[in-house]
Amino acid sequence: MSDIAAPKLVRAPALRRVFDGTPWRRAVILAGFALIWELYARWLDNALLLPTMGATLSALWAAIVSGELPDRTLTSLRVLITGYALGIAVAAALTTLAALSRWGNEALGLLTSMFNPLPAIALLPVALLWFGIGTPSLIFVIVHSVLWPVALACYGGFLAVPPTLRMAGRNLGLSGGRFVVEILVPAAFPQILSGLRIGWAFAWRTLIAAELVFGVSARSGGLGWFIYTSRAQLETASVFAGLLTVILIGLVVEGVIFRTLTRITVQRWGQEQA
Amino acid sequence: MNVAPRSADFIGDAVTAPLLALDHVSISYPTRDGILTAVEDVSFTLSASERLVLLGPSGCGKSTLLRTVGGFLKPSTGEIRLHGRRIDAPGPDRMTVFQEFDQLLPWRTVLGNVRYALERGKSLPRRQAEDVARHWLSRVGLKNFVDAYPHTLSGGMKQRVAIARAFALEPALLLMDEPFAALDALTRRQMQDELLKLCEETGSTALFVTHGIDEAIRVGTRILALTPHPGRLAATFDVPPDTRIRGTARFAELERQIQQSVFADPETEHV
Ligand SMILES: Nc1ncnc2c1ncn2[C@@H]1O[C@H](COP(=O)(O)OP(=O)(O)OP(=O)(O)O)[C@@H](O)[C@H]1O
Ligand SMILES: [Mg+2]
Repeated sequence: MSDIAAPKLVRAPALRRVFDGTPWRRAVILAGFALIWELYARWLDNALLLPTMGATLSALWAAIVSGELPDRTLTSLRVLITGYALGIAVAAALTTLAALSRWGNEALGLLTSMFNPLPAIALLPVALLWFGIGTPSLIFVIVHSVLWPVALACYGGFLAVPPTLRMAGRNLGLSGGRFVVEILVPAAFPQILSGLRIGWAFAWRTLIAAELVFGVSARSGGLGWFIYTSRAQLETASVFAGLLTVILIGLVVEGVIFRTLTRITVQRWGQEQA
Repeated sequence: MNVAPRSADFIGDAVTAPLLALDHVSISYPTRDGILTAVEDVSFTLSASERLVLLGPSGCGKSTLLRTVGGFLKPSTGEIRLHGRRIDAPGPDRMTVFQEFDQLLPWRTVLGNVRYALERGKSLPRRQAEDVARHWLSRVGLKNFVDAYPHTLSGGMKQRVAIARAFALEPALLLMDEPFAALDALTRRQMQDELLKLCEETGSTALFVTHGIDEAIRVGTRILALTPHPGRLAATFDVPPDTRIRGTARFAELERQIQQSVFADPETEHV
């Protein structure tokens, strides 16, 4: 067949490229929020209810310098990442089974409809009975909070893979785990990615809530414990510093990790439903 | 010109086993309201280097039949044999080119798609797979697009990639399900001509599905016409090489004949 000529490309003007990006818009919105906060807090003038942003930042700085906040954050992150990774691993195993067999399919459907609506915190008493107070209980509830939404998103993604693409894969003789890993997973990646995002958010919520609930008796608590003790000592600025830390970590994970992941996968593959 | 069904052919044809043999194949779908028979009692054989076209109106079961030969569906009765062995699963010895543009893996580049198919379908090592893939991509005119992702290609270019992928695996049998149906008329003609050339150069054996009479004459060496719903064999037409040239009197004559015998039936609509 005769060659199709390569398309000619011209470079977009530099200014346009800068303004097309989203970071600057986000920065403006963030600055707006900060300004509103600061002004409202000054007007309210009640450090116990709402500290100013300045006070919060200095409390944040003090907690960082003293080493307490980094310590607490690391403790939380360690538990969080362990639970998140475990949850994803179990979700991957379950959805693979569901994609490959009728029984697995039914089992996943039943399990997700049973457990997805169950708040992770509601399982905390059971976790405490089984694993006692400490990290294993936290990990248990985090796994629960991550597992079902991620499994649901994965499986929904698998179901949405076009039949032609499935046949193209099977045409090459692919089956079983290899078919799932090399065809279904990348094809369902947009949904899987949003499942991972939701799972990450759920993991955080569950962890902080769980730490708040039984942080009182934990010896080396995480961020939730930091927030809890700060409140107990009426150091509202530190409570806000703790919350700010959670928010900042969320922003970094979303803005760096998930964004990069999106850019090098679904965006490049033209699969992003934008 | 043979206008009678050739279903009896394969019975006496025991000396040289045909490449593909369909033996009283019926295919049905289980639906909510009962069993729907899409293809009924179809028998034919296909020998090496033949290009058999299944021609019929929309909904007569052409895709169903092709998918069953591909191993994606199982016949409800009858048997399909490739090289004398019963087909029961899909495999790279029968590469299908589908009508839909989403048959390429969106997460792999044009080169990646063909290379991956060679790595999995033919177990070639990566380097060798890449060389073969480049060769086939340049044969379909895409050597300037090897690093492009499928979503940046036009429909016709995507079909070229799918064709390159199918040819690269050197299957015993090429299966094509209206690969050009979603293209504009001009591109479709060009692709038909280029496909014909590739098939002739490689001596490929193909089973081609279409509802276009001119397309059937252009690409096929033999045409099997199917009746509308459920699909059964209606008639067979041989296409001699000199009939294959568009605009000639022979081309027009065969087109007219097929039109009359297949679509002029009072019970069928005109297409
Ligand atoms: N998955 C399915 N479930 C139930 N019935 C089906 C299914 N796929 C196809 N059919 C039915 O089988 C018959 C044949 O369909 P098929 O797709 O094979 O037709 P076709 O000849 O390829 O038509 P077209 O030219 O429009 O592509 C149709 O009546 C259709 O409704
Ligand atoms: Mg069809």
